[in-house]
Amino acid sequence: MAVRVQTEDFDIGAEILALKRGNPKIGAVASFIGLVRDMNEGDVVSEMTLEHYPGMSEKALEAIVTETKQRWDILDTLVIHRVGVLKPTDQIVLVVVSSAHRGDAFAACEFIMDYLKTRAPFWKKENTSAGSRWVEARESDDKAADKWQQDG
Amino acid sequence: MVKLVYLARLRESFGVTAEDIVLPQGVCDVAWLRQWLCQRGETWARELAPGRPVRMAVNHALAKDKTVITDGDEVAFFPPVTGG
Repeated sequence: MAVRVQTEDFDIGAEILALKRGNPKIGAVASFIGLVRDMNEGDVVSEMTLEHYPGMSEKALEAIVTETKQRWDILDTLVIHRVGVLKPTDQIVLVVVSSAHRGDAFAACEFIMDYLKTRAPFWKKENTSAGSRWVEARESDDKAADKWQQDG
Repeated sequence: MVKLVYLARLRESFGVTAEDIVLPQGVCDVAWLRQWLCQRGETWARELAPGRPVRMAVNHALAKDKTVITDGDEVAFFPPVTGG
C-alpha cells in the first residue's frame, strides 16, 4: 500500500510489475495516469508547477488508501504524485490497484482519484499564453467525490 | 506557540510561507483564528474573508471550523486543492 510524492518520473510497467510480482491471488490490476495537457481554459499551457504541503501530502494519500481498503476488497495499491515543474505530455499522477476481481480494482482506482482531487494538498500553477496563474478548483471534482458518499 | 503555514496562492498573496504566533486570548478553534488573521486587513482580510474558498488543516489533517487549536499545533491555510 505504497504512497510516494516525488519529482522524478515513473515507469508504469515497472511499477505494475513490482506491485503484482509473486502474488497469485491477484486477478485484476486497474491503473490510472494523469497527464499534463497543452490547453486549459482556452489558453495554451507551456508548463506547470506542482506544489504540495510536505508532511501532509503523504498522510492525506495514506488516509485515502486506508478508506479505500475499508470499502473494497483489494489486495494492494500504489499512488505516486509528482511535484515540481512539468510540461505537456508529462505524467503527473499514477494510481494502481490490484484485487481478485475487476470490479473492486476499477471502483477503488476511481475512488482514489476522486478523493485525491479534493482532499490531497497539491496545487497546480500553470504558465500559459495568457500569463502565469493558479489553477482553480472545479465544482465537477467536488461532485465526483460527493457521489461516493451517497454510494457509501 | 502555534505555527501557521500558508500554501499556493495564499502564500504568494501574503508573501509569507510560515510564521510562529502566540495564540491570542480567546482564539480556540480554526474559525476564530481565521477571523483573527482577517484583522490584519488588506490582503489578509480579502483572502480570508467569510465565504472565500479557504481550506484549513491542523497538524496535517483537514480541519473544520470548530477544530480546536492548542499550543504547539501547526495550522495551515490553503486554497481548494487542484492536484491529480
